[in-house]
Amino acid sequence: MQAEAIDTSSKTELLNLYQQMYLIREFEERAGEMYTRGLIRGFLHLYSGQEAVAVGAISNLEDRDYVVTHYRDHGHALARGMDPKTAMAELFGKATGSSKGKGGSMHLFQASRNFFGGHAIVGGHLPLAAGLALAAQYKKTGGVALCFLGDGSVNEGEFHETMNLAAVWKLPMVFFLENNLYGMGTAVGRVHARGGDFDMAGAPYGLDCTVVDGMDVLAVREATKVALEKARSGAGPAYIEAKTFRFHGHSVADPVKYRTREEEQEWRTKDPISHLGDQLLQLDLTTEQELLEIRESQDEVIREAVKFAQESPEPTDEDLFTDVYA
Amino acid sequence: MPEINIRDALQMGHHEALESDPNVLILGEDIGAYGGAYSVTAGLLDEFGPDRVRDTPISEAAFVGAGIGAAVGGLKPIVEYMNLNFALLAFDQMINIGASLQYMSGGQVSVPIVYRAPTGGGIQLAATHSRSYENWLAAVPGMKVVAPSTPADALGLLRSALSDPNPVLMVEHVLMYQRKGMVPDDHFTVPIGKADIRRPGSDVTIVSYHHAMITAMDVADKLAARDVSAEVIDLRTLRPLDMPMVIASVEKTNRVLLLEENYKTGGIMGEIAAQIQEQAFDYLDGPIARVGAEDVPHPYNRGLEQSMLPSADKALAALSAAYGI
Repeated sequence: MQAEAIDTSSKTELLNLYQQMYLIREFEERAGEMYTRGLIRGFLHLYSGQEAVAVGAISNLEDRDYVVTHYRDHGHALARGMDPKTAMAELFGKATGSSKGKGGSMHLFQASRNFFGGHAIVGGHLPLAAGLALAAQYKKTGGVALCFLGDGSVNEGEFHETMNLAAVWKLPMVFFLENNLYGMGTAVGRVHARGGDFDMAGAPYGLDCTVVDGMDVLAVREATKVALEKARSGAGPAYIEAKTFRFHGHSVADPVKYRTREEEQEWRTKDPISHLGDQLLQLDLTTEQELLEIRESQDEVIREAVKFAQESPEPTDEDLFTDVYA
Repeated sequence: MPEINIRDALQMGHHEALESDPNVLILGEDIGAYGGAYSVTAGLLDEFGPDRVRDTPISEAAFVGAGIGAAVGGLKPIVEYMNLNFALLAFDQMINIGASLQYMSGGQVSVPIVYRAPTGGGIQLAATHSRSYENWLAAVPGMKVVAPSTPADALGLLRSALSDPNPVLMVEHVLMYQRKGMVPDDHFTVPIGKADIRRPGSDVTIVSYHHAMITAMDVADKLAARDVSAEVIDLRTLRPLDMPMVIASVEKTNRVLLLEENYKTGGIMGEIAAQIQEQAFDYLDGPIARVGAEDVPHPYNRGLEQSMLPSADKALAALSAAYGI
């Protein structure tokens, strides 16, 4: 979004977007460090680079709305209001984690914020989101289900089945595709009939399709706002594709041999956090000093989160057998 | 109440659920305008409307997953599969999401959904429409699986499933919808996880469920003609298993025949056999007798299909080999 198009009336809101994106970045970078120190195990998929998507989209939501996402889910959880301590403790597998150490990085949940995962089978969570949208529609709550999905899910059956069902039932739902150009190590164009051109992927099912710059939080916010309004009005589901990039590998264990350093460098120049910071400076809405203070405050939040996670107790053997059934 | 059949009992259960709880809705293929492949939901669309009785696309992953999502969102969905064999298209939904959310969320997210599915062979539909997969789903922690063989159990277990906060699968044998039985007039329920002694006896225990119960009762009659008293247990629930009832009976009779329509290899009776030898090894007079379907895909030809399914003759032969009775 061009600087002159930005609504400057709410400086606090704009700075809040900056703060949230930076919080996620810092969370991810420290989590990556903790992984290399062996304090986080399993798979760890970092969201660094894609922060504008979760923050921009979720910033539009109301409490009654639902969020469902894929396994690169830390950013969405934090943007939806999960306490970084709870999230980090879950990555550490601790009893104080959001899922008491039973879900891990790929399965974050916070039911009290209508945040329903964190799902690690590609495309498998789309029907779940449609069902939440059905519940909202049936109970006439006015809520919308915002469902994030990765580019890999476009080739899964659930993508097509869920879009069809959502369209047939006019469900209040937004399909938000985060196209970070690689499904694990496979460039999207190599395994997609239209060469990774997803911009109209919702069109066969009659969905309004929007493409947005996923490195621009304000553009993401605006596009999502329009889609949510449509879904909320009863006009049925909508589809957004954000073009974005993960700065790290697929997971922390990925040596990233399938893309060039040049490509990575080019995307790094579009860093969504510094991009927004530059825009706000350009519009005289903030100062370098104010941005530095925000970053330092978030550094402290994450330091506390890591400390909390480290000092938290492990789950006990009794915990193994709880929560299998309600 | 006069004798009614299993289909009518299930329809009654759906009707009262829709009537008594506004959050109950039914999803499935051809359950509305068509009336259901086995007519369980016939007439419900007209009475309760398309918001509550929802015909879905032939799209198992989507409508099963949507049912799960609706349950998470506070509704009480009943999802009908046209056939349990089609549930293979939605195992990911049922297992990775439906049966896992409670645990993976650390207890935050419950999935109070009821799945129903016709299952079983015997009507010449060949391999894609005849297999019994309920034992696979009964192997998944987080799932509950019930398999009624009488109208009273069908209604009583459906009521229990609807008030259970967990995902419950009810499998209905395709050959049993017309099976009649007495159903109490009062608002009874049948608890999930409780087996039933259909016929008390002292010489041998027969454990079975579903359509194989008909064979089990037939075997008991034939044994009685030889002065052998068989105790017949209908499992009714495959998860959680009522092992205390099975073990108590085996301790009394010292002999056991396990009879099911699942493949013998990997069938649920293999698990029950293992638990019997763990818990009642010293009570056994001989090896555990076990009969299931033969390990071949279901054939179309009637003679071949009958040969691959369990039978009274096979059961009697297994008992004879194990115990000389």
